[in-house]
Amino acid sequence: MTETTLSANGQYAVETREMSIYYGDFRAVKNINLKINPRQITALIGPSGCGKSTVLRAFNRMNDLVPTSWLEGEVFFHGKNLYDDDVDPVEVRRRVGMVFQKPNPFPKSIYENVAWGAKINGYKGDMDTLVEQSLRQAAIWDEVKDKLDQSGYSLSGGQQQRLCIARAIAIKPEIILMDEPASALDPISTLRIEELIQDLKKNYTIIIVTHNMQQAARASDYTAFFNMDEDRAGYLVEYGVTKDLFTNPKNELTEQYITGRFG
Amino acid sequence: MLRTNFERGLQQLRDQILSLGSQVGDNIVTSIEVLFARDVNGAQHLIAGDIDVNQRRIKIMNDALTLIATQQPMAGDMRLIASSIEISGELERINDYVKGIARISLMIGPEPIPDVLDGLSQMAEKTKDMLRRALDAASRGDADLARAIPAEDDEVDALFNEIYRNLVAFVTENPSKIEMSNHLEWAVHNLERAADRVTNICEWVVYMNTGEYIEMDSELEAPPPQG
Repeated sequence: MTETTLSANGQYAVETREMSIYYGDFRAVKNINLKINPRQITALIGPSGCGKSTVLRAFNRMNDLVPTSWLEGEVFFHGKNLYDDDVDPVEVRRRVGMVFQKPNPFPKSIYENVAWGAKINGYKGDMDTLVEQSLRQAAIWDEVKDKLDQSGYSLSGGQQQRLCIARAIAIKPEIILMDEPASALDPISTLRIEELIQDLKKNYTIIIVTHNMQQAARASDYTAFFNMDEDRAGYLVEYGVTKDLFTNPKNELTEQYITGRFG
Repeated sequence: MLRTNFERGLQQLRDQILSLGSQVGDNIVTSIEVLFARDVNGAQHLIAGDIDVNQRRIKIMNDALTLIATQQPMAGDMRLIASSIEISGELERINDYVKGIARISLMIGPEPIPDVLDGLSQMAEKTKDMLRRALDAASRGDADLARAIPAEDDEVDALFNEIYRNLVAFVTENPSKIEMSNHLEWAVHNLERAADRVTNICEWVVYMNTGEYIEMDSELEAPPPQG
């Protein structure tokens, strides 16, 4: 995929049309139509097994890494279907970054962790500046600026997660996908990540999967609620502005889920 | 069932609102009975009872805040809790009007109440009945019933206007009774305001059940007395 095919011209940051994702014969999610607004935080919520992480991973073709997985329908990014034959998944992942549930820094220095992706992508600018900017944006610069040569593993869990966010930012993506980024962290580190996400939305579109409904309510602008159908395929039940969905959901299932009556 | 404790907490909140509302409804009618009967003890009892109503209101608020702090309520649950705080506040204010009527009853001394105020009993019964049905709508989650009740406030307003006109005529014929009439005018006004607060309760019942807050009372203040 070239820069031209991904030029910014769409109204939405990313949009799925009738998207179904299969693992072999099993349809994990079905007929998802979801329009993600740019530079906003969208939370994907739903009970275990509803396919929300599968949907998240479809946005940067991470499901491709599961050999049996395949996708029906379309995922539009700047007017281009990400699953067209001429699209390079590596370029997709450069422009749509990802932060995982468990912080996963490389076994390298803090500096190298941030610089690594940019180096691979042939970054030609001043690396020190890029590393500092990325660590600042990830709200961890002050804590690590005097020990950039130390291992990423020397940091606490919350710091490691912010380091991973800095690493994602350094590649200058447009969208950052987060798969339960705070579920392994203590409450204070969790709130720090949530604050950080609020700052990041000035520059990035954030899509976050969370099991924590309070987190979705606190930290997101839009919320999509998924549920598992009788055929065990996940589907989109309700999608809307977070404050509306959590105060006055339109769908009875959403009401039951967010008030803790099922799931 | 998931969230048994939470369900129990919500039910206790509903029960407390019903119980407080029932007490306040009775107090409305009692205040007018006490006024007509020139019942000093009854009036003092109503005034003293307002402390209990206030405390019950505070308990509802504290219980509601505890549920918010400990149970992370969402959606309909959150609206129920928020509405309970509001409704208990309205009930507390209605009882303030009741207390005001009891005070007036003490102020005007032993003099008999003129016949021109006979409509007051009907006004009090009507208000109590509207309140009872508003609370019924709250406990049954019946937004349609809550929407239908405020229109009946027109009956209370009509009674208010009629009594007010009668009172003006009475004081014109009996200028020496001007002080008592002035006090009684306030009692009538208090009752009229109590009925307005029932409309507020209906608004919260609709909000509780639909998520939409709709103003159902076009006149936020008492209508100007005609006559």
